[in-house]
Amino acid sequence: MAALLGILLVLPMALSDRPFELRMMVVIFLYAMLGHGWNILGGYAGQISVGHGLFFGLGAYTSTMLSLKLGLNPWFGMAAGGAAAAAAGVLVGIPCFRLKGHYFVIATLVVAESAFQLFAAWDWVGGAMGLQLPVQEQGLLNLQFHRNKVPYYYIALGMLAAVTALVWWLERSRFGYILRALRDDEEAARSLGFSPALYKLLAMALSAGIVGVGGVFFAQYVLFIDPFSVLALSFSVVIALIPILGGAGTVAGPMLGAIVLVPISEYSRVLFSGTGRNVDLLIYGFLIMLISVYRPDGLAGLFRARRERRAYVSG
Amino acid sequence: MSGDLLVQLLLSGIGMGFIFALIAIGLTLIYGVMNVVNFAHGEFLMLSMYASYLAFATWGADPIVTLPFVAALMFVFGLLVYYLLVRRVMQGSMNSQIFATFGLMVFLQAAAQFIMGADYFAVRGGLLSGVLEVGSLILPAPQLAAVVGASTATGVLYWLVFRTATGRSLRAASQDRQAASTLGINVDRMYALAWGIGAACVGIAGSLLSNFYPVFPRVGAIFVLIAYVAVALGGFGSIHGALVAGVIIGLLQVLAGFFISSQLKFVPVYLLYLIVVLVRPRGLFGRL
Repeated sequence: MAALLGILLVLPMALSDRPFELRMMVVIFLYAMLGHGWNILGGYAGQISVGHGLFFGLGAYTSTMLSLKLGLNPWFGMAAGGAAAAAAGVLVGIPCFRLKGHYFVIATLVVAESAFQLFAAWDWVGGAMGLQLPVQEQGLLNLQFHRNKVPYYYIALGMLAAVTALVWWLERSRFGYILRALRDDEEAARSLGFSPALYKLLAMALSAGIVGVGGVFFAQYVLFIDPFSVLALSFSVVIALIPILGGAGTVAGPMLGAIVLVPISEYSRVLFSGTGRNVDLLIYGFLIMLISVYRPDGLAGLFRARRERRAYVSG
Repeated sequence: MSGDLLVQLLLSGIGMGFIFALIAIGLTLIYGVMNVVNFAHGEFLMLSMYASYLAFATWGADPIVTLPFVAALMFVFGLLVYYLLVRRVMQGSMNSQIFATFGLMVFLQAAAQFIMGADYFAVRGGLLSGVLEVGSLILPAPQLAAVVGASTATGVLYWLVFRTATGRSLRAASQDRQAASTLGINVDRMYALAWGIGAACVGIAGSLLSNFYPVFPRVGAIFVLIAYVAVALGGFGSIHGALVAGVIIGLLQVLAGFFISSQLKFVPVYLLYLIVVLVRPRGLFGRL
């Protein structure tokens, strides 16, 4: 663990003149973080959302609009974006948590897709044209780096480390146990005196807030957002796919998922460059079907199965 | 506003409403029979629209002529999806059922974009282009055909589900899987049939729609969203509900498009969904 972190800390020295790989690492960190966010609600609390792109987009739009209209600092925007996403999560959760299973999935889909269509038609937030962030003097204060992108790497790594620690702690905390109890048997959890609605809303707020902060980072990294890049359904799918592929409800899951998925999309973009043919989504869709048929518990389940088999053999 | 305009608006609303209803009926039939939501339903619609368009562009075959073939093709496609994908996850957890058809959705959408590109294609100058003038009314022919075609298809489906022996077996399988199989009903085949009929319904909808709506990879996402709202409003698993809700939504979006703004015509529809979820989660005719 420490060795891995050490390697990740010195890696940018090797990548400083390799922008493609550097970018890929930043995206892996970001997506792993988004996967963690989804995992709190989807993996631990068992509420499958396919609308988390909404919170990512809200974070990105909040900080960008605050910067464009009020000239506010992006760090403040990050706090505001996370808070806005968490608040939206609660607002979405209040009606949607009345639904279970398939119905809940559909509700998250409908809410996120209607938000996408609204933002695409809403001129005040740039409509379908999107928003361009003003270029400012580079530096940590403005959270913009133009010539040398390495600082983004460390910021993304730092955020991922913080969120990973949070989820690691969560898994062992009372809160984490309650969430898993809700997932496994809601009625039993209720009979023990834990309000399912309350804990689901807490999980949703935390989950949406983390994804919202990720959205702010993305906006500062790319300096341009539009509904297609931050609110599209395909993006919501990717956010859910990362932990599902890696293993939902595990700390390692989102990171494993991001390590596998991000290179697929980055390299397929290079191989089929400029065609806009969405080869990455083609592969993703196929992967999702394969996983659901053959490995519903993801890559982490693969490791776990091997460990258990070994334990069984030696025991 | 004039009476003629109102009649035209209502007609166009009902036309769209029947299309929404056909899509929603396919969805609700599959759900009602086997408790699985077909998240790729919109992409079934997209496939049938591409099929109609390609037949028109390659052979000049009008969508209204190819409609039965598209419906048959989609029936087979529905069977394939059931046997190759859905049946394999029926024993699995609910999550793997959700993600199986979800993956299919992502895959089909990306495949369409890969093969056809992101461009919009439209059937131009088909048999049903133009308008019918009845007195002072000007009625667009494609919408009229949608009303006629979709209501016929719905009627046939009603007859099939509620008046035939096969339909009775289908309903038996949906009510109690175990009891149905003790009575000698091949439940597996009924599930496959539900997928076939559901896909054929959406195939007819796509055929009719291609007369007046362009096809592109994301087209299904737009319509299936409305179909989800229709199914939620009508009640999951209820065919009557899907029909009534489809027409209500068709009228609602046309009136909202006229009185508010054409860009925001679906906003009242989504609000309606939220109200249904909050006030009556089982919908108008549901048995949740």
